[in-house]
Amino acid sequence: MSKPKFAMYWSGSCGGCEIAVINIHEKILDVDANFDIAFWPVAMDAKVKDVEALEDGAILLTLWNGSIRNEENEHMAHLLRKKSKILVAFGSCATEGCIPGLANLAPLHEIFDVAFHTISTDNPQGIHPQPVTKVPEGEISIPLMKDRVYTLAQVVDVDYYMPGCPPESHQIAAVIDLVIQVLQGKAELPPKGSVIGAGGSTVCEECPRKRGVKTIKAFHRIQEVAPVDPDICLLEQGVPCNGPATRSGCDARCPNVGAQCIGCYGPAEGVIDYGARLVTAFASVIDATEPEEIERILDGIPDPTGQFYRFNLADSLFRASASSFKKNGQSPAKASGA
Amino acid sequence: MSAETKKPKVGVYVCHCGTNISHTVDVEQVRDWAEKTLGAEGVVISRDYKFMCSSLGQELIEKDIKEMGLDRVVVAACSPHLHEMTFRGASKRAGLNPYLTELASIREQVSWVHTDKEVATEKAKAVVAGAVERVVQNEPLEDIRVPIHPDTLVVGGGIAGIQAALEIANAGFKVYLVEREPSIGGHMAQFDKTFPTLDCAACILTPRMFEAGMHPNIELLTWSEVTNVAGYVGNFTVTIKKKPRYVIEELCTGCGICVEKCPKKVVDDVYEAGLGYRKVVYTPFAQAVPKYPVIDAPNCTYFQKGTCKACEKFCPTNAIDFNQKEEFINVEVGNIILATGYDLFDARRVSNYGYGRLANVFTSIEFERMCNAAGPTSGNIVLRDGKTQPKSVGIIHCVGSRDKNYNNYCSSICCMQSLKFAHLVKERTGATVYDFYIDMRTPMKAYDEFYQRVMDEGTLFVRGKVAQVTNAARNEHEEGKLIIQVEDTLAGKQRRIPVDMVVLSTGMEPRHDAKETSHLFGIGCSSDGWFTEKHPKLDPISTMTEGIMIAGTATGPKDIPASVAQGAAAAARVLDKILQKEVVLEPIKASVNQEQCSGCRICNGLCPYNAILFHEDRMVSEINPALCQGCGTCVAACPAGAINGTGFSNAQILAQIDGLLMDVNLAGA
Ligand SMILES: Cc1cc2nc3c(=O)[nH]c(=O)nc-3n(C[C@H](O)[C@H](O)[C@H](O)COP(=O)(O)OP(=O)(O)OC[C@H]3O[C@@H](n4cnc5c(N)ncnc54)[C@H](O)[C@@H]3O)c2cc1C
Ligand code: SF4
Ligand code: SF4
Ligand code: SF4
Ligand code: SF4
Ligand code: SF4
Repeated sequence: MSKPKFAMYWSGSCGGCEIAVINIHEKILDVDANFDIAFWPVAMDAKVKDVEALEDGAILLTLWNGSIRNEENEHMAHLLRKKSKILVAFGSCATEGCIPGLANLAPLHEIFDVAFHTISTDNPQGIHPQPVTKVPEGEISIPLMKDRVYTLAQVVDVDYYMPGCPPESHQIAAVIDLVIQVLQGKAELPPKGSVIGAGGSTVCEECPRKRGVKTIKAFHRIQEVAPVDPDICLLEQGVPCNGPATRSGCDARCPNVGAQCIGCYGPAEGVIDYGARLVTAFASVIDATEPEEIERILDGIPDPTGQFYRFNLADSLFRASASSFKKNGQSPAKASGA
Repeated sequence: MSAETKKPKVGVYVCHCGTNISHTVDVEQVRDWAEKTLGAEGVVISRDYKFMCSSLGQELIEKDIKEMGLDRVVVAACSPHLHEMTFRGASKRAGLNPYLTELASIREQVSWVHTDKEVATEKAKAVVAGAVERVVQNEPLEDIRVPIHPDTLVVGGGIAGIQAALEIANAGFKVYLVEREPSIGGHMAQFDKTFPTLDCAACILTPRMFEAGMHPNIELLTWSEVTNVAGYVGNFTVTIKKKPRYVIEELCTGCGICVEKCPKKVVDDVYEAGLGYRKVVYTPFAQAVPKYPVIDAPNCTYFQKGTCKACEKFCPTNAIDFNQKEEFINVEVGNIILATGYDLFDARRVSNYGYGRLANVFTSIEFERMCNAAGPTSGNIVLRDGKTQPKSVGIIHCVGSRDKNYNNYCSSICCMQSLKFAHLVKERTGATVYDFYIDMRTPMKAYDEFYQRVMDEGTLFVRGKVAQVTNAARNEHEEGKLIIQVEDTLAGKQRRIPVDMVVLSTGMEPRHDAKETSHLFGIGCSSDGWFTEKHPKLDPISTMTEGIMIAGTATGPKDIPASVAQGAAAAARVLDKILQKEVVLEPIKASVNQEQCSGCRICNGLCPYNAILFHEDRMVSEINPALCQGCGTCVAACPAGAINGTGFSNAQILAQIDGLLMDVNLAGA
């Protein structure tokens, strides 16, 4: 019997997710033992035309890592969707846009300006990328940028979501184990649309820090709190920890080593807008009634978008800033599949 | 929604509300549109009717539920405040769970606030679409029944509060009557005679006070204030602060020897309105209830200098206790009546009338005290020197009322109060009385007859708003007098009228702390500060907060008969609730999904009803459904999305937003 096919693809992202998969150490041998690796550009040579040649649904499992930034990403997403039985949005970029999604704060022309024409860029010839360039051999083209960054589920149907920037290796290993067990008929797949490789609560649940009823009189950047109490909830020390709103699964990695959670595991189950949840939660425990005092406390969060939407902007209800929005007219609530 | 769930069958009923809605919204168009375009969402029938809330309108719904098997109902009509109960009732009668019925407000939120019919019709469609999308997500819910605690708290021991307390106590139920002053009685205890019958205020009030003080079912807590209110209708827990009296009530016989022996006198700003004195250990007046005095600690020589203790030395029962501390007690009650009364407008604010600057300008309450036989002048009407009888008196209406610079409203009692004063001056001094009014307002029973009587007695009425009261004489007639400058609008000329004494009929104002009181008890108050009724016409003694009633002048200016009637009405409402023994609560409650809760404790300090408890052992929070009022605060705050509010789930709210954002021109086209 031939082994089921496995694929992994990298679109708009940093590549950390690919490393995280490799980082499962000898478990990777299980992948090889149980799967025929059909397409995994990072790990081995493969051509798109080979994928195109496959029958629809020929690949059992595809892990998709990365956001949809350009038309090539989108094309590949459609192709792999067609060829795969199970498509997993793998990692924060694919599930919620992650850091690339922060590009949605600015319209495209500004992004190009910053990338090619600001003082920090060494570009004496003033080169500006063109979609099509004539060369002696003919025309070559590069993929067009999309108007904004999309999550995988915003362009194709997704079966499962695996959060994390990157997903923790032990979680990846567990998911691979599960799929293998399913193949052997020893387990069942979770319902379509589930979040896998993560917990059902938030980071606080896994965090060992002691906590009381929260009242916040000031927010501080962590380096301004000296010394940070190693045993007490960071939020209670005024460090804006995103743990309360961030899905559990990482074993509270950051608060465990004395840094606040910045939210890479994305929203908790059923939460529609991660940032809005966090904003209401923080606002609820601010201990002040005078408007000026409240202002002063809020000034302790100098970059609200970075604080509340670092990973989730492209999947938030807003999706993007008004200036970068072109294809409006969709009800975001409906589009999110809520 | 998953595909396998059965498709809902929604009925939509669009109300004309006479012409209230149909004047601005094309009701037929909304009806047709709902049936045609919302079919995909589950609408199977759509009707319109002149008055949906009429029994015929309700029967339409009941019939469709029974005959067509509707399992969801949307009534597009007025606000849920008005008729949600009505239509839920209709559904219930037809066998449908009442919580599967939604009211879409196309009157308050559409027809009453728009003028352009076309646009209003489009908006009405959007509101209907929102309600349809929402109702599809509604879950059947069961009402919650909780027992009602039979005890009642009455706050404010004026005539309204006394009346309310007596009604309830006489019916056999316990009342806690909390009064912040040393005695009950309120403003009425300060008056001499009461209009229009001129009976003596004390003669009619003190028997009531005494009855309240002696009643086995009334626990009187004077010199006390409510500091915290928790819970909900049927089950309030109220914290009351008992200020130290420095007199042990159990030992005190009310003999008054301490008052007699106390060597120190201070001006009495409260009861005597600054016109008279009282001792530092005092009862505000002879008939005070309870009879126990209080020591005014800030003014007491012992508290200031550590010596004196005359009261202690002479008290025959050793009832003085300088070490008393303030005490907090908790009581459980099922209902609360607020009868906190009014404050008087501060006449100093109308500086052109000279109060506080010109000695012989008096306020109405000073004048009341002066007329009172037990008051500072033993009932003699005299000038500030305490002996000279005035030969002419000017009474000025509407001081601080009906004036854009102060209060816009009419204080409603001061015309009558002025007429009462005019009568008393005539009766006791024979002086010439000028009465300056803008409009004479004497609409209640026997009021206008009283006005005619005062006219017959010879009071001179001048119609016009007084410009100023001055002592700057222009000729020898005016020398040494107070001159009232006024435009006499009937004679059509400016007049200067010299008098010996001026009485300002100052208006009523909400209690200076009415806003704090309304927050404490969780009820609404107008921007002025009068407590807001549930319905100004149909339910003037209830508030939007179940179980909290209001009575008397705390809701707005009124006279004694109206205050008493409201006190009795509020009591009747409370008795009605007590006798029902239990109260039906909407099952709108929050609950914590224990699996999802991370124990972050964000929600722990937020609940206004203290319904949230934290389990240290399991590190999760839980909501006590008996305490939760479904306010939604914690639901919004929980960052883990672990708290769900029944009736307001994410699915319901998002579905409603989807409906509201539906492009009504495209949908179904
Ligand atoms: C000068 C004058 C003359 C008047 N003459 C007449 C007349 O002749 N005939 C007539 O019908 N009407 C007359 N009125 C109107 C009359 O005073 C009121 O209609 C009546 O007194 C209202 O009673 P009440 O119980 O609502 O309020 P109040 O008499 O103000 O009683 C309220 C009580 O609540 C207490 N209280 C307030 N806040 C708190 C709190 N937070 N906690 C505990 N206790 C609190 C107060 O100490 C007070 O004892 C006159 C009014 C004025 C100003
Ligand atoms: S430190 Fe962060 S993760 Fe830990 S309990 Fe506090 S808020 Fe939660
Ligand atoms: S603590 Fe937060 S930021 Fe850190 S790994 Fe976990 S989810 Fe990511
Ligand atoms: S009752 Fe008479 S005096 Fe008082 S505000 Fe109204 S009109 Fe003026
Ligand atoms: S909804 Fe939450 S905050 Fe509101 S009453 Fe209930 S438990 Fe308290
Ligand atoms: S806010 Fe939510 S997650 Fe946090 S303790 Fe309360 S219920 Fe639990």
